[in-house]
Amino acid sequence: MGAAVLALALALPAAATEIQRVRSPGGIEGWLVEDRSIPVISVRFAFRGGGALDPDGKQGLANMAAALLDEGAGDLDSRAFQEALDDIVASLGFDAGVERFHGSLRTLSEHRASAFALLAKALAAPRFDAEPVERIRRQIVAGLESGKDNPRRLAGRAWYRLVFGDHPYARPLAGTPQSVAAVTVEDLRRFVRERLVREGLVVGVAGDISPAELGLRLDEAFGALPASGAPGALPGVVPKGGALKVIQKQVPQSVVVFGQAGLRRDDPDFYAAYVMNHILAVGRSSRLNREIREKRGLVYSVSSHLAPFEKAGLIVGGLATANARVGTALGLLRAERGRGERGGARGRQAVSQRRLPSPPRFDREHRPHAGRAPGEPARHRLCRQALVADRRGDRRRRATGRAAPALARQAHHRRRGQPGRPRCRAVTPRPRRDPTPRT
Amino acid sequence: MFDPGTFTLDNGLQVVVVENARAPIVVHALWYRVGAADEPPGKSGIAHFLEHLMFKGTPSVPSGAFSRIVAENGGSDNAFTSQDYTAYVQRVASDKLELVMRMEADRMVNLRLTEEKATPERGVVREERRTRTGNSPGAQLYERRRAVTYLRHPYRIPVIGWKSEIDGLTARDALAFYRARYAPNNAILIVAGDTTVDEVRRLARKHYGPLPRRKVPERTRAGEPDQLAAKRVTLKSPRVHVPSVSITWRAPSFAAGETRHAYPLLLLADMLGGGSTSRLHRRLVIEEKSASGAAAGYLGTALDMGEFTVSASALAGGDIDRVEALLLDEIARVAQHGVTEAELRRSKRAMLAAAIYARDGLGAAPRVIGRALTTGRTIADVEAWPERIAAVDAAAVRDAARAVFVERRSVTAVLLPEPAG
Repeated sequence: MGAAVLALALALPAAATEIQRVRSPGGIEGWLVEDRSIPVISVRFAFRGGGALDPDGKQGLANMAAALLDEGAGDLDSRAFQEALDDIVASLGFDAGVERFHGSLRTLSEHRASAFALLAKALAAPRFDAEPVERIRRQIVAGLESGKDNPRRLAGRAWYRLVFGDHPYARPLAGTPQSVAAVTVEDLRRFVRERLVREGLVVGVAGDISPAELGLRLDEAFGALPASGAPGALPGVVPKGGALKVIQKQVPQSVVVFGQAGLRRDDPDFYAAYVMNHILAVGRSSRLNREIREKRGLVYSVSSHLAPFEKAGLIVGGLATANARVGTALGLLRAERGRGERGGARGRQAVSQRRLPSPPRFDREHRPHAGRAPGEPARHRLCRQALVADRRGDRRRRATGRAAPALARQAHHRRRGQPGRPRCRAVTPRPRRDPTPRT
Repeated sequence: MFDPGTFTLDNGLQVVVVENARAPIVVHALWYRVGAADEPPGKSGIAHFLEHLMFKGTPSVPSGAFSRIVAENGGSDNAFTSQDYTAYVQRVASDKLELVMRMEADRMVNLRLTEEKATPERGVVREERRTRTGNSPGAQLYERRRAVTYLRHPYRIPVIGWKSEIDGLTARDALAFYRARYAPNNAILIVAGDTTVDEVRRLARKHYGPLPRRKVPERTRAGEPDQLAAKRVTLKSPRVHVPSVSITWRAPSFAAGETRHAYPLLLLADMLGGGSTSRLHRRLVIEEKSASGAAAGYLGTALDMGEFTVSASALAGGDIDRVEALLLDEIARVAQHGVTEAELRRSKRAMLAAAIYARDGLGAAPRVIGRALTTGRTIADVEAWPERIAAVDAAAVRDAARAVFVERRSVTAVLLPEPAG
C-alpha cells in the first residue's frame, strides 16, 4: 500500500526545502520535509479548537487535558507510560493554544514504531486515572497561585480583557483555581471525544522517514480517531480600542502591553502588515528599538508581533521600563507608530531599503525540528508554511514601500481608530528569570 | 559528536568548523575567553556592558549598523556573557558568511566608544537588570545565594553586575577591558553549517589573519577557601505566593577539582531530577504530594568550580519545611545506597540520545564547543562525551554523591511569601 505523494513546486529559490504533501491510505494528510542526515523524526500536529472553546466555568479544560494525555493510556498507567517513553528516549507533549490543540513527538528513527504507537494510545485511549488527574490539578493551581502577581501576566490578561471583553479570546488559557477545580474526568473524556478528531487535523513531519512510511504511520497515530466532533465555532468579535488601564504594583519596573486591531491571516494585506510590523518593531534595528532603546536607553526590549486569530487580527507588543519613565516611553511609542502611518518619503525609503528577511529566516529557517519550546507563533511554523508557501511569493512581492504606510493607515481606520494612537495599553511590571544576560 | 575540523591561525585564533549542509545556512560564532569573573574589582558588569557596547560602531561599521546589516541580509544576531565567556553569534545564509566574518573581525580591534554612546546603553543595562532581577524575587534570591556561596571567588558577583557598580561604568572602563582581553589569541571562532573547512580557512585567514596577536593577562581568579559551615539564605516577599527551596553544594567541574566526578554528577542530576520518572519528582510530587515540581542540576561547565543543586516548589499553601526535608532525605538515600543499574541505564540512554538530538539544528555545536573551549576543555573532550557517559558505572555515581553531598558545603535558599504589610 503506497501513500499518494505530491511534491509542491514552491515559488522559492532553488535550494528551498522541499515540502511534500503526503496522503495516508486512510486519507489523513501530512506535510513532510524528508531529511535523512540524522536519525531523528519530529512530528507536530494540531487539532481545531483550543482553550477558547472551554465550557463556561471550566476554563482551563483544554490546558489540563494537554497535561494529562501522556499520563497513562490504554494498558499503561501513568508511570508505565512515562517509562515507555523514557525507554525509547522519545518526547511526547501536548499544549493547548487559544484556537488549536497542539501536540509534538520527537523520536530516534530506530524507535519510530513504538513512538507512533504511544502517540496513538495517548490520543485514542487516555486513561485519566485519579492519581494523575489530581496531581496535575494541584500543579496547575500551584502555577496559577505562583504567577498571580507576575506583572507580565497581569498586564497581558488586562490587555486582552480590554480588547475582547467577554469574548472567549480574553480568557486565561490555564483557567482559574476555581475553574480548574471544577473540571471532572467526564469533562476530560468529552474533550477528547469531541475535539481530538480527524476533521481539521494538520500534521507536519520532518526528518528520517519516507513519504510512503509516513502514510502508514499517520494512519496508526490518527486513524482511530473519530472523523468529526462537536462543532466549535466561536462568535465573531471586533477588537475594542482606545483604552488605557493602569494596575498598581510595588515593583521597580513597569511592564507595558500595547497593541491594536491588526489583520487576519486570510486578509490579502496580511503579508504587507507583516513587513510593516517587522520594520516598526522586530529586531535590533527596528524603529521602536532604535528610538526607545538605542537612542535613549529606556528599555531592554520593545517589540510587537501580529496575532492573527481566526475571528480578529491583532498587533500586540510589549516593553518594560523603570516606573518613572513609562510616560516618556509611551510618548515615543505613539510618535513612531504615527510616523509609520503617515508614511512620507523617509518612511517609504525605510521600507524599500529594509528587505524582509531573506529565505533562510523566513522560509527555510534551520532550527531543531523539535525539542525546544517555541512560542505560539513558531509552534506550527511547518504546517503553516506548507499551507501558505505557494501564496507567499506573490504576497511578499506586494509588500512594497508604497503599500506599507497605506496599510498602516488602513489597519487603523478600518477599525475606527484614531491614527497614531496605540489602541490599548495595560501597564504593570514584568520579571524574567535567566541568570545569563543577553543583549 | 560533531566531528569538527579545527586549525589555528598564526595570530593564535583557534578556528573550529562543523560542516552541516542540511540547509544553506551558517552560524558564525566568536567566543572570547573572558567573562564576568575576569573583571577588575569594583567594575562588576563591565564584561557584559562591553558586550552591549560592541554594537556601538567602528570607523567602517557605524553604531547600530552591525545588526542592521545582518538583518538586511536576512540574518539574525545575538551576543551573551557569562562568568567565563563572552560570545557573539550570527545566523546567516551561507553566502553571507564572509560579510559577517569581516564585520566581526573588524570589531575585534576597531571598536570606537565615547561616553555619549555609553550613556544610553547604561540605561538599557539598568533596565535589563530590572527585568531579570529587580522584578523577580526568585532571581533576587538566586543572586544572593550565589553571593553567599562564594567568600572570595568572583563567581559571587552577578554577571550583569551590582546596581551601584553598573551606575558607575564608563566607556573608558569598557575600552580598557576590551583592549586587555579582546585579541585573536584569546578567542575561538566556530562556524557551523553549509560551508567547508577549506572555505572557512580561506576566509578566516583573510579577515582574522591580519589582526595582531596581543598579550592577554592570565585568568587568575581569587581562590576560594573550603566551606566549613553550612549556609542558609531566606528571602521573603509579598510578591511570592508559593514557597520554594533549593540546596546547592559546591562540586568539581569538568575542568577543576576532582574532575573524575563530573560525568557521574551529570548522570546523577538526570536520575534525581530529569523528568517525571526521576527520583525527586516521583517522591515529592507523586508519592508524597508535597511539591508541584522538583528538579536537579549540575553546573559542570565552569572554569574554576561547579555546583550541584536540587530544588522544589511547594503546593499552593504548602509546607516548605516538609519539602526541604524530603529533598534532604533523597540526597541522603542516594549518598548511602547509590543508584540502581536500571536507573543508570535509563539516564545514559537519555544522555546518549541527547547527543544525537544535538545534531538536529545548527545551534548546539557552536554552543557546546564554545562553552567547552572557554572553560578548560578541548575538542577531544567534546568528541569523547558519549564514550565518557557510557563508561560511568554505579559505583562512580555513588562515590561522586558521597564526595559532593557534604552538609557543611551546602547552601540552602528559601523563597517565602510575606504577608503584605
